[in-house]
Amino acid sequence: MAQQSGMVEKRGAGIWMTHVFMILGVIVIFFPIWLAFVASTVSQPEIVSPPMPLLPGGHFWENYKAALFSGVNVPVATMLFNSLVMAIGIAVGKIIISLLSAFAIVYFRFPGRSTFFWMIFLTLMLPVEVRIVPTFEVVAGFGMLNSYSGLIFPLIASATATFLFRQFFLTIPDELAEAARVDGARPMRFFIDIVVPMSRTNIAALFVILFIYGWNQYLWPLLITTDPEMNTIVMGIKQMFPSGDDVAEWPVIMATSILAMIPPVIVVVSMQKLFVRGLVDSEK
Amino acid sequence: MEKRVTFRGWWLPLLLIAPQVIISAVFFFYPAGQAIWQSLFIPDPFGLSAQFVGFGNFEYLLGDKYYRTSFLTTAIFSILVTLCSMVPALFLAVIADRLIKGSGVYRTMLIWPYAVAPAVAGVLWLFMFNTRVGVVSWYLGQLGYDWNHVLNGGEAMGLVVVASAWGRISYNFLFFFAALQSVPRSVIEAAAIDGAHFWRRFFTIVLPMLSPTAFFLLVVNVVYAFFETFGVIHTITSGGPQQSTTILVYKVFADGFVGQDLGSSSAQSVILLIVVGVLTVIQFKYVEKRVHY
Repeated sequence: MAQQSGMVEKRGAGIWMTHVFMILGVIVIFFPIWLAFVASTVSQPEIVSPPMPLLPGGHFWENYKAALFSGVNVPVATMLFNSLVMAIGIAVGKIIISLLSAFAIVYFRFPGRSTFFWMIFLTLMLPVEVRIVPTFEVVAGFGMLNSYSGLIFPLIASATATFLFRQFFLTIPDELAEAARVDGARPMRFFIDIVVPMSRTNIAALFVILFIYGWNQYLWPLLITTDPEMNTIVMGIKQMFPSGDDVAEWPVIMATSILAMIPPVIVVVSMQKLFVRGLVDSEK
Repeated sequence: MEKRVTFRGWWLPLLLIAPQVIISAVFFFYPAGQAIWQSLFIPDPFGLSAQFVGFGNFEYLLGDKYYRTSFLTTAIFSILVTLCSMVPALFLAVIADRLIKGSGVYRTMLIWPYAVAPAVAGVLWLFMFNTRVGVVSWYLGQLGYDWNHVLNGGEAMGLVVVASAWGRISYNFLFFFAALQSVPRSVIEAAAIDGAHFWRRFFTIVLPMLSPTAFFLLVVNVVYAFFETFGVIHTITSGGPQQSTTILVYKVFADGFVGQDLGSSSAQSVILLIVVGVLTVIQFKYVEKRVHY
């Protein structure tokens, strides 16, 4: 849309002011991340005698090595691995169960169809936060505390993905299903050969959103992972603060914070187009 | 909307839908039912038996000074988070929309905070305002302002609001930016030819056209402030000082897990459920309208 500029003032002094405002905005928004990065590259004495420097120091490797391989309670590498399993488990699990149920709802007429549909719809309204105590009891009853399945399963039951796929399936031309039926293709053949490949952009966009959702979970891992070996990185940072009056290991904590944001940031920035699309789709 | 062409059979679709239905039943409906059921009882201190009290827990809650304060705290908190995340986002989107070159670079920088988990955002802001080592609190001290969110409830509230709103600025920015891009250029140019200046055009043409997006974001941000800011509050203030940042979701956690008061915690869950229900209905009503727009 290059020609859109037209006569609406987009040149001269105005444009420079606009850039200046924009850069100021970016600096303000970015400052907390920059400061965390700087803190992760300096030594503890530099931080505890304020003001701390605003430019990176020379302790990068030292701090990150300390965080990754020893941490405070448990090496951060372990927490990173747990977060990765949880985030991928939630994203893949949600996508699979939602693809299947959306396919059933759109392409079949079966008894109880609308009941199930409303049942799934209702789960939209129940964030984990409002049912934590009973959900905790269910998971504890299954012996799933401190396990990956306990981290993943309660969070993959959500209707958003199902609705998204349902909307998309409804736009697939009827002729395709018709042709498949005439050719004598079984429903699952049609699903695997036509529906899933056609949905790949939606699947990718949803994966980006769900990965971040899973990675950034805090309350649920906090409740069910009492064993530090099972902590995820986002909840583990808070556990690194000492109780009482001891001084926190700021460089290590800040290095961990940076490590905690790198995977979702990479996903968001590298798949920006898909991410924006997924965001807009999943909120519609 | 329905498909004309469908496949025959009933056991295959039931099999396909089973995983989602089973997981929803086990991890959603059963716990939600439990929450409603438990909200009608008061368990004894040893958890051995429970006494049926009907709506007693609710009556107690509504009469409880702390719970009503928490409601008020949540209202103030959500309004502030929504304002502090939407106004800067709109401002940035308007400027970004004026740029032809470079808006991609700015956009990439601006969406970073969205990827940062609320709990991690909490740690970053806590670090900047830490009473002992924080850079911002130190400079405030140089200016003669003694920052202490550990003791001062208002400052604690300010800090959790800013930390919660920060990541949402990115989110709101993306939506406002997309909406601005879809405002027809011809309308704007026609107004420009008629001599309307930038701000005039903004308030008379652009802003009304943004209103559906703005309303949508309003609802989404209130839902966010209600339910997804637990991490920020837990990392920065743990609900303190003197419960000044104890929002409703935090109170469910504090009473249920820390205080072990299951009856009250469940009753609070049920009240929250009603709040979510109302917000969801508003959201969907609105979504329908948006389709016509």
